Amino acid sequence: MTTTSAAPRQTVKPPAVRRSFVERWLARIFLAPTVLGMALFTFLPIIASLVLAFFRWDIISAPQFVGFANFASLAQDPTVRVSFLNTIGFVVVAVILQLGIALGLASMLQARMPSWLRVFLRSTFFFPLVLSAASVSIFMRYMFNEQFGVVNWLLSLVGIPAVPWLTSPAASAAVVVLVYVWQNFGFSFLLFLGALTNIPKELHEAANLDGATGWKQFSNVTLPLISPTVLVASVMAIISALQVFDQPYVLTNGGPGDSTRTAVMVIFESAFQQLEFGKASAIGLVLTVLILAVTALQFRLSRRFVFYQ
Amino acid sequence: MSSQTLQTGTGKHSGSIAETPITPKPSRSRRLPAAGTVGRYAALAVAAALTLGPVLWTLSTSLRTPSESFNLPPSFLPINPDFTAYQEVFKQINVGLLVLNSALVTGLIALGQMASATLAGYAFARLDFRGKNAIFSLVLATMMVPVQVTIVPVFMLIRGMGLSDTLLALILPAIPTAFGTFLMRQYFLGLPNDFAEAAALDGAGPWRIFRSVYVPLAVPGMAIVGILAFNFHWNEFFRPLILTISEQNFTLPLGLVTLQGNLGTGSISVVLAGVILSMLPALVVFIFGQRTLREGLTAGASK
Repeated sequence: MTTTSAAPRQTVKPPAVRRSFVERWLARIFLAPTVLGMALFTFLPIIASLVLAFFRWDIISAPQFVGFANFASLAQDPTVRVSFLNTIGFVVVAVILQLGIALGLASMLQARMPSWLRVFLRSTFFFPLVLSAASVSIFMRYMFNEQFGVVNWLLSLVGIPAVPWLTSPAASAAVVVLVYVWQNFGFSFLLFLGALTNIPKELHEAANLDGATGWKQFSNVTLPLISPTVLVASVMAIISALQVFDQPYVLTNGGPGDSTRTAVMVIFESAFQQLEFGKASAIGLVLTVLILAVTALQFRLSRRFVFYQ
Repeated sequence: MSSQTLQTGTGKHSGSIAETPITPKPSRSRRLPAAGTVGRYAALAVAAALTLGPVLWTLSTSLRTPSESFNLPPSFLPINPDFTAYQEVFKQINVGLLVLNSALVTGLIALGQMASATLAGYAFARLDFRGKNAIFSLVLATMMVPVQVTIVPVFMLIRGMGLSDTLLALILPAIPTAFGTFLMRQYFLGLPNDFAEAAALDGAGPWRIFRSVYVPLAVPGMAIVGILAFNFHWNEFFRPLILTISEQNFTLPLGLVTLQGNLGTGSISVVLAGVILSMLPALVVFIFGQRTLREGLTAGASK
């Protein structure tokens, strides 16, 4: 009896000390794969990119220091300039469409309906997310074919003449946006669905009693309540749209002309086709700065406009 | 007769109970007649058709004979399925090897992420060490670095390591995962502390507590990490395009683009059969892991 009551008092201190020592080492071992891996495959490459951006290098001959020449040439290089304009235009249109469609569909699913239907629709809208962008782009390429594509056939049913979807600059840009949005709206949709479902029912009922319906209720009650999600969804949509590559690469390979060439496509082409690794790094850094700016803006905006409960 | 009246009676009764407390709602939906509802269902039906239509068209066209695949009107329902296009895919590209490569790359990445994220997530959630917050912030910061920025140095690093054009070049860089680490940390933080204390009182050391108490509890969290990793890397196109050179190291998405390149617009059904084949594993994961996948995808956004 006396030994059991004395035992904890004796053993409490030494194990605690030993445990913290063991814990420290355990933590180091546990973190090693992730932290060393990131050091090697993320942080080291970032530093290398920062350095490389100031060199001209084709892997074969020795790197040559060129100062800011890579960055200066970006502004003058028409392909780079066009690709960044394309990317920004793409981001604006694709993100607005993606968020609009997602929010519209998510709020329509809030209405009363059989639960099997809700589950079916939710799964349907979420489904394209699990497909690969490459395979989606492949089948969409056939669907948008000018002569035998199903899209033009459907349009012909309502008397619209064949559209050269992939061979005219404006139409091909539209196809890239449509295919991208088709595949990705489900992500914003899931975020909005979660946010809308979390709104307490009483709030809408109260607004109903006060006479707020339809659009008024949506803009004065729903939207403020889901504003944190709207912000997060838009930032995530912008960041992922800034990195668009698979769809334009497979659908149009940047053409016709440079009409669907995006920033990431130019990184890929400069590095692995033209062997201008310094230029590719410089473009990559500009893109990173854009992404960081969007993220910083998110923090700014969330302080000012977002309504937190 | 009597049972019928009883039924209608109870039906009316329950109906009136449901209606009384929320009178404004039914009356409003009756006043704005079915117009809103019809419009909503029409919009949802169009959206669902536009979402499923392309996939259905792909499936049904892949089941046409190569020569019929151009025929208009296009088929939306596979009426007379014909599998010659599928046979042709196996002749054109080495489907077995592509599937094996994809499975190997995706499987090892998923396992590697599950293991490394569980270890690191546990360390961040439940172990004490100096610089914990700083290191955790650094890990999270890597989520904001787009893959395109690091791809050139990673490509050179892989060359330097002598792993150029190997499957390891695809696997190793993808194993450290900031998002997975974050998910597992959240998961471990959500588990009660009592078990650890009880185990410690029984004399279990930190390793033992991790191994015997928390790892078994963390399995659902690890499944989220694994399924997300599977979905992402099975579909990945950009890194394999850069890091593999020879066709024997291609993964499925690259193989498909090659197939499309080989055939051009010569035979739609064959290319689409390849597309359908490549979707099958993703489809299986979607059907069985839908909930896990959904929760995993949205987990990062609602922190």
